[in-house]
Amino acid sequence: MSFNEIQLIRMIIAVVATALFVAVSVIFLVYLERKVAGHVQRRPGPFEVGPHGILQTIADAVKLLSKQPLKPDGADPLLFWLAPVVAFAPTLLLLLPIPFGPVLTGLDVNLGLLLILAFSGMNVLALCLAGWGSDNKWAVLGAARSVAQAVGYEIPLLLAVLAVTFSSGTLNLTELVAKQGPYPWHWNFITQPLAFFIYFVCAVAETNRNPFDLPEAESELTAGFHTEYSGMGFGLFFLAEYTNMIVVCSVCTALFLGGWQGPFLPGFWWFLAKMYVLLLVMMWFRWTFPRLRFDQLLNLNWKWLLPLALLNLMGTAFFMKLF
Amino acid sequence: MRISPEIEHCQPGSQGVEDLKAVADNGSTMVLNMGPQHPSTHGVLRVVLELDGEYIVKATPVIGYLHRMHEKMAEIRTCIQYMPNMGRVDYLNPLGWNWAWVGALEKLAGIEVPERAEFIRVITGELNRISSHLVWFGAYILDLGAFTPIMYAFEDREKILDLLQPISGSRLTYSFFRPGGVATDVDAAFLKDTLAFVNHMRNRLPMYRDLVTDNIIFRKRCENVGVISLEMCRKYGATGPVIRGSGRAYDIRKTEPYSIYDRFDYHIPVDENGDAMGRYRVRMAEMAESLNIIEQAVNRIPDGEHIVQKAPKPRWKPPKGEVYFAVEGARGKIGVHLVSNGDKYPYRVKLRSPGFSNLSLFGELAKGHLLQDAVSILGSLDLVIPEIDR
Repeated sequence: MSFNEIQLIRMIIAVVATALFVAVSVIFLVYLERKVAGHVQRRPGPFEVGPHGILQTIADAVKLLSKQPLKPDGADPLLFWLAPVVAFAPTLLLLLPIPFGPVLTGLDVNLGLLLILAFSGMNVLALCLAGWGSDNKWAVLGAARSVAQAVGYEIPLLLAVLAVTFSSGTLNLTELVAKQGPYPWHWNFITQPLAFFIYFVCAVAETNRNPFDLPEAESELTAGFHTEYSGMGFGLFFLAEYTNMIVVCSVCTALFLGGWQGPFLPGFWWFLAKMYVLLLVMMWFRWTFPRLRFDQLLNLNWKWLLPLALLNLMGTAFFMKLF
Repeated sequence: MRISPEIEHCQPGSQGVEDLKAVADNGSTMVLNMGPQHPSTHGVLRVVLELDGEYIVKATPVIGYLHRMHEKMAEIRTCIQYMPNMGRVDYLNPLGWNWAWVGALEKLAGIEVPERAEFIRVITGELNRISSHLVWFGAYILDLGAFTPIMYAFEDREKILDLLQPISGSRLTYSFFRPGGVATDVDAAFLKDTLAFVNHMRNRLPMYRDLVTDNIIFRKRCENVGVISLEMCRKYGATGPVIRGSGRAYDIRKTEPYSIYDRFDYHIPVDENGDAMGRYRVRMAEMAESLNIIEQAVNRIPDGEHIVQKAPKPRWKPPKGEVYFAVEGARGKIGVHLVSNGDKYPYRVKLRSPGFSNLSLFGELAKGHLLQDAVSILGSLDLVIPEIDR
């Protein structure tokens, strides 16, 4: 076998493994989210399907798959059906460059971080298509909100990431992790606390999670951009949201929390543990915070996060030049 | 996209159609139909919004989706048979409506209510006020996007329902009061459990304050949103927490005392700001005041009859006359205007519901606000749709 063939086989395995990882993780995350919600609200959460309701998500998935996908009369068929696919397809690619362990990386490229940041922008396009294609005013409002929000919050997020890459000098996620040590005081969030904070806030906003879930604000816009979707159309949006959560938390883990570095246990488990802590924090936000108003959301971004991120970047550059 | 599917869906001749047509010609704004099926109109209220971006240019509430002819039904039922209707006008505060109806009948016929019955009415009425405010509290925060508080609020409300169920026989639409007293007497267990609930609730209110009231996002969503001036309150006839949130201590329990409310030591919470936060604070403080009243009433309840000896029977004929009786419900002034010509059926009944007046503020109030603020304002007015439509 030539080198190229080996590469091809490795790639196929990586994609299949990533897809499996996404499927299993999302099923588990939805269950976890509902259990967290339940316990925050002092009720047991799903309890009927399987012991402690562990099969609930699978039952939900079967229900979504077997439902008839409906399209409103006035909707644009091409845009309407394209949107969920556009939302979900890039998310698989986003997980490829993430180093789950010292050698456990789907696609070890030098510009891995750039790849993730570039393809995560596709999500906005999907929401925009869904909103416009549905022929529904609530959906249009949701899409308009999502564009303003995603475009705005991408900038401080990029600046925060840039500050870290400045100090590490690489865009390769494996190298970024390797440069940090096994213990918390070796990790980047000690040297870049402000970047960590900005990144995490922007990550919550980018994934449209509460308190920044304005594009799908159900008490205002009924369901925002996915108002008209049923069955697996809705299911794909749902899948994309949770996959995006996994992606932003994985990147955060790799950038700020030392990735797979840690004592005693093999790297993969450390990575998962750190990622799930971040995911749990996001769930905790969702079930405790009210939603921001749209002007407050944009003010927070343009008047606070962006200047802070710029200051942080300049400070980092200054510090590196000095020492 | 079609320009305005709302116009096609409108019934010809219904309210708001002309407005919609005028707007559609304009073209630069978008008409959005909020309701009758919308998560935060809590029932079947419909609001036709004219939006410029997300700013509201014009808001027209359209009501009537839950009109059940309660006033007309009064004319084909005897006064006693009409009692169950009162439980269904406002499903969150049925005892307030019970009280307004029996109060009007007692005033018309000059029936003296036994003292024990008055105490039972005060205890159950105030419990009902708390349960109504708890539903509002949970639903309002839910409108603002926080899912959890409603679960906590319902946990406490459940305790109230459990208290009222054994004595009234129902959990939601009570018809517990009777002209001349109440349907059943309460026992010592009820009084003991009520006191236990008062203590429990006193510990819960500070928790609500810590969890919700002091949350910075929540405050930003309420403060300076939907500011109602006292002048506007007068113009539209707003009562209850809405006018008290605008700085006027107008409470029927104090201004036109009925029953035995003059015997208790309590004060009327007032907030000067007039915004959604002011109304929120007033309602939260009212729950604490209601607890005070309940505690005093439970400790001082006398022995005796729970209903007068010759209480009106179902086919009882009230004397000829015209009477108006008002009580302070959870949402404001509940008024019953009863005209009787001496027959067993009332000649005419007019129900004054506080929600109707409070909703009429909305059109003027929402102008210039964001869509999200409209949700916040609607929530802060505490609307119950069947009460508005009657």
